[in-house]
Amino acid sequence: MSLRIVVCVKYVPDATGDRHFADDLTVDRDDVDGLLSELDEYAVEQALQIADEADDAEITVLTVGPEDAKDALRKALSMGADKAVHVEDDDLHGTDVMGTSLVLAKAIEKTGYDLVICGMASTDGTMGVLPAILAERLNVPQVTLLSEVSVEGGAEGTVKGRRDGDTASEQLEAALPAVVSVTDQSGEARYPSFKGIMAAKKKPVEALELDDLDIDADEVGLEGAWTAVDSAAERPARTAGTIVKDEGEGGKQLAAFLAEQKFI
Amino acid sequence: MAEVLVYVDHVDGAVRKPTLELLTLARRIGEPVAVALGNGAADTAAALAEHGATRVLTADAPEFADYLVVPKVDALQAAYAAVSPVAVLVPSSAEGKEIAARLAVRIKSGIITDAVDLEAGDEGPVATQSAFAASFTTKSRITQGTPVITVKPNSAAVEAAPAAGAVEALEVSFSAAATGTKVVSRTPRESTGRPELTEAAIVVSGGRGVNGAENFSIIEKLADSLGAAVGASRAAVDAGWYPHSNQVGQTGKSVSPQLYIANGISGAIQHRAGMQTSKTIVAVNKDAEAPIFDLVDYGVVGDLFEVVPQLTQEIETRKG
Ligand SMILES: Cc1cc2nc3c(=O)[nH]c(=O)nc-3n(C[C@H](O)[C@H](O)[C@H](O)COP(=O)(O)OP(=O)(O)OC[C@H]3O[C@@H](n4cnc5c(N)ncnc54)[C@H](O)[C@@H]3O)c2cc1C
Ligand SMILES: Nc1ncnc2c1ncn2[C@@H]1O[C@H](COP(=O)(O)O)[C@@H](O)[C@H]1O
Repeated sequence: MSLRIVVCVKYVPDATGDRHFADDLTVDRDDVDGLLSELDEYAVEQALQIADEADDAEITVLTVGPEDAKDALRKALSMGADKAVHVEDDDLHGTDVMGTSLVLAKAIEKTGYDLVICGMASTDGTMGVLPAILAERLNVPQVTLLSEVSVEGGAEGTVKGRRDGDTASEQLEAALPAVVSVTDQSGEARYPSFKGIMAAKKKPVEALELDDLDIDADEVGLEGAWTAVDSAAERPARTAGTIVKDEGEGGKQLAAFLAEQKFI
Repeated sequence: MAEVLVYVDHVDGAVRKPTLELLTLARRIGEPVAVALGNGAADTAAALAEHGATRVLTADAPEFADYLVVPKVDALQAAYAAVSPVAVLVPSSAEGKEIAARLAVRIKSGIITDAVDLEAGDEGPVATQSAFAASFTTKSRITQGTPVITVKPNSAAVEAAPAAGAVEALEVSFSAAATGTKVVSRTPRESTGRPELTEAAIVVSGGRGVNGAENFSIIEKLADSLGAAVGASRAAVDAGWYPHSNQVGQTGKSVSPQLYIANGISGAIQHRAGMQTSKTIVAVNKDAEAPIFDLVDYGVVGDLFEVVPQLTQEIETRKG
């Protein structure tokens, strides 16, 4: 049987742009250019490599996000994924990680899967917890934060990978189905080829709404969120520091500053 | 008084500093009850008691080491059921966040990750977080269930606050999911003898400007003269000059030391994300236009191969 891979990809505001909060303290997605989260490109890349190794595999890319999030799906499709699922609903505005994970879990179940691959964290929220929550919700093993990953034995097989933690590096193994997340150490993501970009235009993108997933509007959105942001303030600009040009004494000048600040 | 559950990060019984900081924050909300799991769990009690833990719940079983994350979630959930705390605090390590998140789903609670401060509020604890590469500061609350909050290292001072710290055995029955992901082998990271990057009071980092693995000895010498940890930019890590475990930034470690010294680092947004909240920032870079200079309290425009050894020398001289 074909190995069914679902890759979760997020559409995020460009990190090099001027990111800020909207009046309702949600991430402003209107005034900043968006793109496929760079960290999710690594997830797409590993999916493509696993699919290459498997006899028969199909890659679905999945996103929960606004209309523009289609750009993220197109990019993933042009890299080589086979089809896409886009969950879009006005009621989703302001959804927190608990709501997003609920929607993703239902959409993954509806799509059918043997392996779910996520990025290590989204570049806007940077929580890095969604893959673990997905595993909890789907009740399948979590094999997360891998810098190396492989699948053996197809849809009924096992997933193996290396997790480089704080105090140790671990080799992990779990039976499929499972949820995986990969780090930016897992290998550079490919650029879409011209052929890939053309082919992506013809690939199917399925649109789903909350109704299709049997999710009530009050389970998601700003109202359904289990957390509330009360305030967001721009960090005061750091007061301009002293900058000196090294003319042979730069190291000594710096040492004098550090001594004055009691670091020496 | 209300109890606050504090998850203990320790290595074979040696409590890591972020957990002691967590006890300081926990005492603002209630009485800390610590949960220590795995090998050496009971050995954590003395340090935890000294810093305010009224009780220390411990459990050890092979599952904690042999399988990923879920056995610890099962245990933390058992502690939650036994204590009925007003909040659950967990250190913001990669594993800590995953444990906290799965617990939150199970107990139907909201979760806040990577808090940098915590206060008691009328409607439960208020967490301060940094957003968008630390260019914003937000204050958030949990509105559903028992607040589950993960807190970054260096978010509070470690304070002595002697308490009973009575050790109690925690009864844990593992879920079917506990043995889902097997840890086939584990290679401990070799200690460098330098302070832990995320816990260090001073971090000295090198970037692409260091120009080679062998040149990192210049950075290490400066670090050692200050008793500092060594960091690296992703460019230096990708080039293979320094281990990934030392990377500072969005996809590396996030550090918040008293002093951060960036050498040959341009200051890209992803690097800033991991160091922008440092108290004092110093940079050495030969390009006066490098964005890192926008952040600095003191900057030297110059060649790091001249400036850094002179700085190290001067520090050694001043120390006498
Ligand atoms: C998704 C994603 C995640 C990322 N995560 C991280 C992360 O976690 N951490 C991180 O650091 N980066 C990260 N990056 C990469 C980041 O964008 C930058 O590419 C990287 O930080 C650049 O490293 P650098 O400053 O060392 O190199 P460069 O930008 O090349 O800067 C080198 C600097 O050294 C100076 N220099 C050169 N020679 C000398 C000399 N002899 N003396 C003094 N100065 C000298 C130059 O003037 C220059 O300013 C990430 C990128 C992406 C897309
Ligand atoms: N809205 C979303 N749509 C699809 N995937 C997502 C979404 N949000 C998060 N993810 C996935 O979850 C990973 C971790 O996200 P986070 O926990 O938010 O940092 C990301 O790298 C994505 O793979």
